[in-house]
Amino acid sequence: MNREDFEMLKQDIIYFDNSATTLKPKSVVDSITDYYTKFTSNAHRGDYKTSLKVDTLYEGTRDKVKDFLNAESSNEIVFTSGTTNSLNMVVFGFAKYNLKPGDEVIITKTEHASNVLPWLELADELGIRIKYAPLDENLKLRTEDLLKVITPNTKIVSLAHVTNTVGDIRDLEGIGKMLKERNIYFVVDAAQSAGHRKIDVQKMNIDFLAFSAHKMCGPTGTGVLYGKEKLLEKMRPINYGGGMNNFFESDGSREYKSIPTLFEAGTQNIEGVIGLGAAIDYLEAIGFDEIEKHEKELRDYLIDKLSTIENIDVLNKNSEAGNVLFNIKGIFPQDTAIYLDHYNICVRAGNHCAKLLKEELGIKNTCRISLYLYNTKEEIDKLIETLKNSKNIFEVVI
Amino acid sequence: MEKELRREIILDNYQNPYNKKTIEDSSYIKINTNNESCIDNLDIYFKVEGGFIKDAGFNGEACAISTSATSIMLRGLIGKSISEVKELLKNYINMINEKEYDQDLLKELNVYDEIYLQPNRKNCALLPARAVEKMLKEIENAG
Ligand SMILES: Cc1ncc(COP(=O)(O)O)c(C=O)c1O
Repeated sequence: MNREDFEMLKQDIIYFDNSATTLKPKSVVDSITDYYTKFTSNAHRGDYKTSLKVDTLYEGTRDKVKDFLNAESSNEIVFTSGTTNSLNMVVFGFAKYNLKPGDEVIITKTEHASNVLPWLELADELGIRIKYAPLDENLKLRTEDLLKVITPNTKIVSLAHVTNTVGDIRDLEGIGKMLKERNIYFVVDAAQSAGHRKIDVQKMNIDFLAFSAHKMCGPTGTGVLYGKEKLLEKMRPINYGGGMNNFFESDGSREYKSIPTLFEAGTQNIEGVIGLGAAIDYLEAIGFDEIEKHEKELRDYLIDKLSTIENIDVLNKNSEAGNVLFNIKGIFPQDTAIYLDHYNICVRAGNHCAKLLKEELGIKNTCRISLYLYNTKEEIDKLIETLKNSKNIFEVVI
Repeated sequence: MEKELRREIILDNYQNPYNKKTIEDSSYIKINTNNESCIDNLDIYFKVEGGFIKDAGFNGEACAISTSATSIMLRGLIGKSISEVKELLKNYINMINEKEYDQDLLKELNVYDEIYLQPNRKNCALLPARAVEKMLKEIENAG
């Protein structure tokens, strides 16, 4: 749907790499161009008309994000450079100062690198323990299985809402309730879900949540950290500098601003935040129910069709999101991706930044198709046709 | 080189690679090559004695171009002196990067003489060359 809004689709390509980044609709691109052609100026310096306009748009996006996540207050919305940055802020700004040696953090082996490596670093630094919740036979996380690893020392559970590999959707509401009853902080990596389905941080009892604009029709280099107000109060900035202080003196005395500005030192990615605002408007106008329904229909169609091809292995037939992992039997996934690229079909080959998954899946690398609102059944038909004709793959890739 | 022949040599080396096995012998130098722009990951083993490559082998997962290039290169290196290896390496890298090179020296490696037409595969063809470079450095460092 809405294909006409995407300039990229006017080229002869089939874009199936939406988990990596999505295409951008014209309204988002225009919002950024407008900033550079009509009202360029810095934010938070509202001394003249254009700068006031930038302020209004920048802070307006904060309010939009608040509603988008159903946060209690706009003070709970911090702009960051993306999910990776947001998660690092939680680990090195919050966990580092609020956990102690021996405390436990629970993640899973299907987490993205950005929800694994910061924790491993902190574990070395602080002496906390990182534990992996067990996954079921389809590599999904069952809510009740968390209880198998939770102990009185568990302080944080940090999970992707939707995994970028297996494509399972975690039951955030159930997990949030379970963790709240046990006084465990709940950190959510929503990189693959914001822009695909509705998130309600209050209903889901989420303490911190991270997402990236570029995976939801917005620009790269911009993201959000949501944190409950009382927790952001306990978090320390990672960056110090202009924009986040009230005063400082040569004797070392200083006072910082309050949240969320405290965490936005330096000139921010203003075009990015404005673009994120336009992306939220764009997606909300379509409606998350529609987007979810469309993705689900396409995914079922894709898995059905792929399953009819004899020499294709589908590795996550139970995918609940828009990602499907497959391999052509006996063909290295990169060769498959190069073959498909020859027909202008963009798919991703690799481990998709979930390097722990190989321990579970037994397969290091796969091809991944990830769907979004503008994909169509006709595109899937073309992919299927191309895969069916892949007997000549080496004539194409060599 | 004729396209058909080129493909045949590459495919043959991909499907029946030379000396593709893990070598657990401490007299071999082991180099891991992780291609940064893609997902190829090979371990390459070299046995160097008296300034000559006595033996070489490799194992791991990689695409058709990386695997075949490693197979062809290793086979070509065995028996060569370190200075011959350096010469071959220089010419091979030049060929991949569309610079002047000695065609006669490269023998079967000439199958990659048009890889520059697919820029996203240059790194695949260069994978074994990077490993040989690392190996040479290790020998030098070992003195
Ligand atoms: C589940 C998940 N978490 C985190 C990230 C990191 O997002 P970013 O690169 O925008 O920081 C990604 C991106 O691929 C992801 O899929």
